[in-house]
Amino acid sequence: MTASTLQPAINVLPSKKTPIILSAIAVIVFFCFGLLGNSDSAHFQLNSAGDAFKLPELVFPGKASNIVIGLLLIGLAVYSWLQRKKSKLVATWMIAIAAVLFVLSFLIWVVSGADITTISLASLLAGAVVLAVPLVFGSLSGVLCERAGVVNIAIEGQLLGGAFTAALVSSLTKNAFAGLIAAGIAGALVSLILALFSIKYVVNQIIVGVVLNVLVSGITGFLFTTVMQEDPELYNKPVHLPVIDIPGLSAIPVIGPILFKQSVIGYLMYLAVFIVWFGLFKTKWGLRVRAVGEHPKAADTLGIKVNRTRFWNVTLGGIVAGIGGSFFTLVAIDSFTKEISGGRGFIALAAVIFGRWNPIGAFLAALLFGFADNLQVILTIIGTPVPSQFMAMMPYLVTIFAVAGLVGRSRGPAAAGEPYVKE
Amino acid sequence: MKLELRGISKAFGSFYANKNIDLMVDDAQIHCLLGENGAGKSTLMNVLYGLYQPTEGEILLDGKPVEFSGPGDAMAAGIGMVHQHFMLVPVFTVAENIALGAETTKAGGVLDLQDTRKKIREISDRYSFDVDPDAIVEDLPVGVQQRVEIIKALVREAKILILDEPTAVLTPQETDELLEIMRQLKANGTSIVFISHKLREVRAVSDVITVIRRGEVIDSVSPESSTTELANLMVGRAVELNLNKAPATPGDAVLQVKDLTVVDPAGTTTLNSVTFDIHEGEILAVAGVQGNGQTELTEAILGTQPVTAGSVKLAGEELVGKSVKQVLRSGLGFVPEDRSVHGLVTEFSIEENLVLDLYDRAPFGKGISMNLDAIKKNATAQIKDFDVRTDNPLNPASSLSGGNQQKVVMARELSRDLKLFIASQPTRGVDVGSIEFLHRRIVAERDKGTPVMIVSTELDEVMELADRIAVLYKGRINGIVPGNTSREVLGLMMAGVSAEEAAEQAEFTKSDNEPVEAAPAGERSENQEGEGQ
Amino acid sequence: MSETKAPVVPDSEKPGNDLLKQITQGPGLVSVLGVIVALVIGGLLIAITDEKVAQTAGYFFARPTDFLSELWRAATESYVALFNGAIYNSAQGFKPFLETLTVSTPLICAGLGVAVAFRAGLFNIGAQGQIIIGSVLAAYVGFAWHLPLGLHLLLVIVFGLIGGAIWGGLVGLLKAKTGAHEVILTIMFNYVAVYFIDFLMNTQAFRRPGGTNPISPILDSTAVFPSIPGSRLHLGFVMAVLLVIFVSWMFKRSTVGFEFRAVGHNPEAAKTAGINVARSTIIAMAMAGALAGAAGVAQVAGTEKVLTSGIAGSLGFDAITVALLGRSTPWGTFFAGLLFGAFQAGAVNMQITTGTPIDIVSVVQSLIVLFIAAPPLVKAIFGMNRKKKRNAKLETTQAGAK
Repeated sequence: MTASTLQPAINVLPSKKTPIILSAIAVIVFFCFGLLGNSDSAHFQLNSAGDAFKLPELVFPGKASNIVIGLLLIGLAVYSWLQRKKSKLVATWMIAIAAVLFVLSFLIWVVSGADITTISLASLLAGAVVLAVPLVFGSLSGVLCERAGVVNIAIEGQLLGGAFTAALVSSLTKNAFAGLIAAGIAGALVSLILALFSIKYVVNQIIVGVVLNVLVSGITGFLFTTVMQEDPELYNKPVHLPVIDIPGLSAIPVIGPILFKQSVIGYLMYLAVFIVWFGLFKTKWGLRVRAVGEHPKAADTLGIKVNRTRFWNVTLGGIVAGIGGSFFTLVAIDSFTKEISGGRGFIALAAVIFGRWNPIGAFLAALLFGFADNLQVILTIIGTPVPSQFMAMMPYLVTIFAVAGLVGRSRGPAAAGEPYVKE
Repeated sequence: MKLELRGISKAFGSFYANKNIDLMVDDAQIHCLLGENGAGKSTLMNVLYGLYQPTEGEILLDGKPVEFSGPGDAMAAGIGMVHQHFMLVPVFTVAENIALGAETTKAGGVLDLQDTRKKIREISDRYSFDVDPDAIVEDLPVGVQQRVEIIKALVREAKILILDEPTAVLTPQETDELLEIMRQLKANGTSIVFISHKLREVRAVSDVITVIRRGEVIDSVSPESSTTELANLMVGRAVELNLNKAPATPGDAVLQVKDLTVVDPAGTTTLNSVTFDIHEGEILAVAGVQGNGQTELTEAILGTQPVTAGSVKLAGEELVGKSVKQVLRSGLGFVPEDRSVHGLVTEFSIEENLVLDLYDRAPFGKGISMNLDAIKKNATAQIKDFDVRTDNPLNPASSLSGGNQQKVVMARELSRDLKLFIASQPTRGVDVGSIEFLHRRIVAERDKGTPVMIVSTELDEVMELADRIAVLYKGRINGIVPGNTSREVLGLMMAGVSAEEAAEQAEFTKSDNEPVEAAPAGERSENQEGEGQ
Repeated sequence: MSETKAPVVPDSEKPGNDLLKQITQGPGLVSVLGVIVALVIGGLLIAITDEKVAQTAGYFFARPTDFLSELWRAATESYVALFNGAIYNSAQGFKPFLETLTVSTPLICAGLGVAVAFRAGLFNIGAQGQIIIGSVLAAYVGFAWHLPLGLHLLLVIVFGLIGGAIWGGLVGLLKAKTGAHEVILTIMFNYVAVYFIDFLMNTQAFRRPGGTNPISPILDSTAVFPSIPGSRLHLGFVMAVLLVIFVSWMFKRSTVGFEFRAVGHNPEAAKTAGINVARSTIIAMAMAGALAGAAGVAQVAGTEKVLTSGIAGSLGFDAITVALLGRSTPWGTFFAGLLFGAFQAGAVNMQITTGTPIDIVSVVQSLIVLFIAAPPLVKAIFGMNRKKKRNAKLETTQAGAK
């Protein structure tokens, strides 16, 4: 009787996952970053060149600040265990606060222990947004597809196809906008294959996605060697999109460069996030799309064309991701190289899940991953003891923890991955 | 609106689900389609609703032939349907579900749910549905979800409403309320096609009853026809309702369930301190409306359902906390309620399915290697013993009919020495011939001295097999009564009335010579309140 | 709905009755045709980027034959070079085939890894990471430890398998315990492994003494597979064949394989039948990882004999296509591995002689998988659907007449 009644009783309480993770974070911060941390101070500059006014530099004494943050986190962890005892779920805001505190503590720890103990927070954030641009577009593509019930593993291929086509067309036409449009078309083409095979021929969506990535990588690699490298001046010298600086506003410290000094694609990103969010949750189109992704049969009985909706959504997703891909060759890098997207399509996929299939959530997740990416670069420059490879792993590790710990319970669209076949 | 079906046939490959069906539904008429599971009622309605295209025949509305290329067309023509499995998006609100496909929009395609909410309230008030337009559908009780479906049809101004097995998931009380709603709809001029295989409801509410069997119309009769008459029409031959089983000779109480409680992750108590025994050589049938804890009860004993508290002792051995494999090894034979989901791997061969939970035991498995010859031999023997109709034991289980699939599951579970046999819905979706066969095997297992537990939502089955009957209501045992308890008493108990009161009340209504289903809803709920105090 | 249809499935509808139909319209023929279509498309891609073809296209209307013959030449030239590099050429005889077998070895092993997971209902996109971790452990044992002949190679293999098994098993564990989706997990684990090996190759422990290049010492001669003199083919191929036989036995005749398959098809029924689904998931992923790890062993202890951060190449993703082409059966995977091995071995020769980039192999490989996954498309391309439709019509009218 004893064992049998005690053991299953655990099932009544909410999962232990979140409290455990919060506790682990608290312990790491308190001991590793705090007690064992460096007692030097970390300096964060908030200004960048051309700012309208000066902000003071933020200075954190390494050890002391992290001990304080560690105590705060321990408090949060204890609270989460108590909540769990009361059979309550840990609130999202607590997880968010813990995440922010952890990132801050980590920053203080690495910077205070580095060779150069000063970094520019402004450029760290601005760079993060830049690196996040293709991730945001890629994740929007994922959201558009999955909300309609099609899993899109081919984001990587769409980004890569977009990057290649943008470089080629922009070089040939000497017009960056032609490249931008061509990138959208290229992404749509990848999507068309995804749609054709997964919707019409009911091939498993994950298989099609995986294979499409290999296909696009093969085709772009092949054409890169046979076409672009034959005459790089002609075929691989894309005209870049201009960076549009909104006078005055861009001089606001920290947020100025992020919001008001972007390339066309950068501005498009903010617009796209809003449009997709608004479209999905506030319009007739969005209602139908979500119904198709949740319960296609119900949608069908109400006269909604399930497969047609899916087809157009996947195509739209392709256009969005293609445009995101053009960022590589029309903004970030001078010319196309093989595998220029470097696995960012998969980080975008992670952002979709981390962002809980919500355009704004995905946007924030992409920003976080862009931040990690940029942090790695900056930390290498200031010479931290942390090997850069471990920093580079961060987005992936964070995603693993997220999928396993924090997002494990959250639900994606119920019918995602399942083909809809009428009898 | 008047609806006429002329010579409708629907074929899947070379199999005809409907054959040459004629049907006439008059204005403001409740027309019942009566037939067994699998008789082709749902297929016919899906044809009418534009989900399937008829192979032959035509549909006429008010005398004019119409053709539906999809449900959209049918809706536009004034046909609404409430499916057996609700067609609601669980994560949407009521308003979103009702707006879907017929949205009111502001400029630029922006949703305007205000208009939908207004319509919902109007209809909700007219029929006193009490539905909140902003509730999330998955949080609503089944009965309310059904009303949402009805509202969905009414918002679309349906003149003909198809209700596909609407009472399958309802308690008797909810069923009464639904029948009342149907009468009200009829009074407002809506025609209703009511699909059911439950004779009592059909007789209570229909104007005309059309009986369908094996995809064909057998007859149209009036609701005054007797229950036996309807049953005979439905199954095609005089139903011998008596299995002629010998009286039970109960031995020791081998299964002892005590205070078994299950709380699901959402915090709902789905099984509440259930206590009962089953003796050697007796059949305990667990009756109740679907969703009152039956699934949780069987799965808790098997071990796939985490138990919150309580104990299950089989021959003195505690089962709670053991793995499913250990429980099966200690002598449980288990037939799950949904064979294609839990009972079979339909892609596996019949042969493999016959050892699905025996593959690692002698003589089929030794260490990590399996004896394919023994598996083959076993299959040949079982197929013969249980008369499984197949030409090759290597065919996938999915190639079998429902009845034969069930025979495979039953054969497997009865093929070893058992200390306890549990079967949930042992004959759901099974043809009449197989039902009898399966019932006889269950009784035979009892006669071998095995304690047997049958879980069924079909009262007929419960009454036919049971030596004792336990009624589950809202996760509690609402009383354990003898196997010969009357249908009326059981029906009341299934609605939550205690055994004693149910017996009294049944006596009362009998003397009043009134059929139970016509008992006013108010009276019944009063009784229920009394019971709760 | 299934309820209404289930009871009366006529006997003629059951599979396995018409052998001829299966051969002509079944997966066998479609697979062959799929390969042909993919090769044709690849050929076209080669041809349209060929300079001479472009030149002749310029005067296509004046002399179309020039264009067409150039088109044919460009495509066939590359494929002949591919064949020469993969199977046979007049100078070397069948020696290139040994190279094909060499290249196939890791493809077969890793392909098996993906196939085993598939059969257990799991998408193992993580062969890449599993190969990496497997080869790291195998290589380390190979160059850092100095053991007697026989024992050394055995330990190299064992550690390689363990490395892969850990990387795969972790994913299985996370999936079983937290419900996280294995596709996401394996993708993320791939990248973690990529950065992990990159890190290791920058540490002294994995570099040649005094060396600055990210390349490990050569494995001891006791730690590598014996190879056929004059070629790169090594005994690792035999290991691959043994693994195929093992996996084949496992699925057909072992309780573990039975459990994998049951869980793969219907985890609910498996659970009800007493199979521990979580355990099965973990074991299946660990076994998949071990098989991928074997591919890593074949790389470091056979083909390359050193560890570099690029040791896995694109093997991980190729393995997925191999398993898909092989329909996740052990011997199907074996032959698919041989085919793709031939492509890759031949592509090297093709690039040297005709200048066609190796990337064309990825294109053809992925097209093959796409076509094979969609038999109706292939049938449509070859006009095989029309006949079927006519038959179907005939059937219904006959049935209607009854």
